[in-house]
Amino acid sequence: MAYFRSHVLVSIDPICIDKGAYELIDALHDELVKQGLIDEVQVLETSRIGDPESEGPDLMVYPEGVHYTNLSLEDVPFLVEEHFLKGRIAAQYTREAKEIADKELSAPQAKEMRIVLKNVGEIDPLNIEEYIARDGYMALGKVLTEMTPEETIQEVLESGLRGRGGAGFPTGLKWRFIRDAEGDQKYMICNADEGDPGAFANRSVQEGDPHSVVEGMIIAAYAAGASQGYIYVRAEYPIAVRTMRIAIDQARSFGLLGDNILGSDFSFDLDVRMGAGAFVCGEETALMASIEGKRGEPRPRPPFPAQKGLWHNPSNINNVETFAIVPQIILNGAMWFANIGHEKSTGTKTFSMAGDVKNTGLIEVPFGITLREIIYDVGGGIKEDKKFKAVQTGGPMGGCLPEEFLHLPMDYEALEQAGSILGSGGLVVMDEDTCMVDIARFFMEFTQEESCGKCTPCRIGTRRILEILTRICEGKGKPEDIVTLRLLCEQINENSLCGLGKGAPNPVKSTLDHFLDEYEVHILEKRCPAKICKPLIRFEIIDGPCTGCTLCARNCPVDAIFGERRQTHVIDPDICIKCGICEQICPYDAIEIK
Amino acid sequence: MSVLVKNGQNVRNIVRALVEEKGREKSELIPILQDINGQFGYISDEAIKELSERMNIPGSHIYSVATFYRMLSTEPRGEHVIQFCESAPCHVAGGRLVWEKLKQELGLEKGETSDDEKWTLLTTSCLGVCGVGPVMIVDNNIYGNVTPEQVPGILSQYN
Repeated sequence: MAYFRSHVLVSIDPICIDKGAYELIDALHDELVKQGLIDEVQVLETSRIGDPESEGPDLMVYPEGVHYTNLSLEDVPFLVEEHFLKGRIAAQYTREAKEIADKELSAPQAKEMRIVLKNVGEIDPLNIEEYIARDGYMALGKVLTEMTPEETIQEVLESGLRGRGGAGFPTGLKWRFIRDAEGDQKYMICNADEGDPGAFANRSVQEGDPHSVVEGMIIAAYAAGASQGYIYVRAEYPIAVRTMRIAIDQARSFGLLGDNILGSDFSFDLDVRMGAGAFVCGEETALMASIEGKRGEPRPRPPFPAQKGLWHNPSNINNVETFAIVPQIILNGAMWFANIGHEKSTGTKTFSMAGDVKNTGLIEVPFGITLREIIYDVGGGIKEDKKFKAVQTGGPMGGCLPEEFLHLPMDYEALEQAGSILGSGGLVVMDEDTCMVDIARFFMEFTQEESCGKCTPCRIGTRRILEILTRICEGKGKPEDIVTLRLLCEQINENSLCGLGKGAPNPVKSTLDHFLDEYEVHILEKRCPAKICKPLIRFEIIDGPCTGCTLCARNCPVDAIFGERRQTHVIDPDICIKCGICEQICPYDAIEIK
Repeated sequence: MSVLVKNGQNVRNIVRALVEEKGREKSELIPILQDINGQFGYISDEAIKELSERMNIPGSHIYSVATFYRMLSTEPRGEHVIQFCESAPCHVAGGRLVWEKLKQELGLEKGETSDDEKWTLLTTSCLGVCGVGPVMIVDNNIYGNVTPEQVPGILSQYN
């Protein structure tokens, strides 16, 4: 290994890339060559360092640990000369290390436990040696030299590991099915089509620790007897696609992929496949259709992929997170893993927290932790200390749970009993200002649009629900709508072909169960208690606080506000489009929503 | 965004080169369509015809695939494509107001292209950067923590 006296880590967070991170890397490289320092200073790419919004593009120089921010290409020659040639810190570009540096993945909170995210943010994802230095590929070595495929399956089975994509099927069992299936050509597929809005754990793992996924897949392929693998990454994640491709190339050059891996009889290779923007491709049969170059439409099961999968050959699909855990189970033993967690849900789970919670971002906690602990202890509570109203777990097909469910231990069974799902681990926290009917309509809009259209209950049923919900939000709801909604929920759930349709009614059903009063107020009183549904609200200027500053009138996009300077203004309800801009900008809180 | 090449000859040449490079396996269809979409902004009838001949796949199949995936377009798009994230985390973080403002500033509804072919307004599925929602993309540039007040400023950068 070459020896470098300095390491420069450039943040390639999407926002930094947008601000020219790659151009910065090129400029640094050129300048280091020009000043004859290229053999002494190594330029590396890393995930987010600071706040990319205000600091990017930025970089860290080690071993000094100096953080340079807001760099432009013109700064590069000076910076290189000062820091690397003359050894002086270029103070004008530096920034003190901040307490909260990373919004997406901050230092672990007391109740967190990191297995999947162990290396994320800690190592250079583009350097296989850093992964190896942290026991990377040791599990693979152990499996290939000490364990038979059957023993490997047994170990994973005993650990209790269940699919992290949401369904929670025992991973070891899935592997046994494909191992036992007849066929010469078997495929191992990684589902990295993380389409659930609000979920970004898979992206983080792929961008921050791609080799853990590669290693997990090789071990799985060995256990299952697969010779070819595919990682299906959604096209919305260009950086994940790139890091995975680089990781695969590196693993191949180290003899960890390809023929006779680590000198054994076992051969396996991997390829990255990109999605093209279809949510339903996260469903395993749809995903395989997409890899084959077809429309990503699900098909009925059985036959299950383990019997007839990709190109009619036995195939196994697991989620990114599932694969990333596998090496840890092999290294630390099944019992170690089985002892973490709660009842039938062993180990840890990542959750992507979003919405009205103070600390948004990625966390990893052992199963069994309560929703309250997640939202208040790890998440820091509700923004602006408002009141908690609901949390939606598991992505767009999950249910919205109110306060009385906050004591729930997070595991597959408990959430299902509560009418929601664990899903991909998305958590959308909603405060008191949220209209639950609007939220239900919102999720229905999503599933209705993402429904692939193949089966009728999902295609037409979601559309019907959306129409009814839209009507209710517009103040045109009818009393019988609630019964119709319940009936539709039941029928779509029972008769749809795949998980998308089966889960689609969950947001509606759960809000009907827990927030029925809000539906009733919308339908019977034509009122939106949270003041969100536009047709049911109107904006008015209150006499007292209004100083006649004219700010609202000047900013009104449709000139609906009238009044003399220093006189109370008036909003013409016939012109007003209820955009809410006046309410947002009024410095005196003189605008009231009624 | 790459330069639009509308000359029919060029479309055919590029499709030919792509098939040459990636091969005629059916599994390469989506990667090739993505490439065409990236270079031209959309997949034209011309491109589908050429692809059908080169890959020996019926045009109807190619069309059905091209219209299935959200990131592929069979309609020409404006010079600048705006994609607004319509996912729940962005929605509850104030995305609704930003979306209203965008529609108003551009005078466009979802999916529309302006008459001068300058703007196309689309929504996108979750980009996974929910920590900085609401999020929008103009061409390939991501903007996070967008407020309605910032919208005119962001758009003016593309004038």
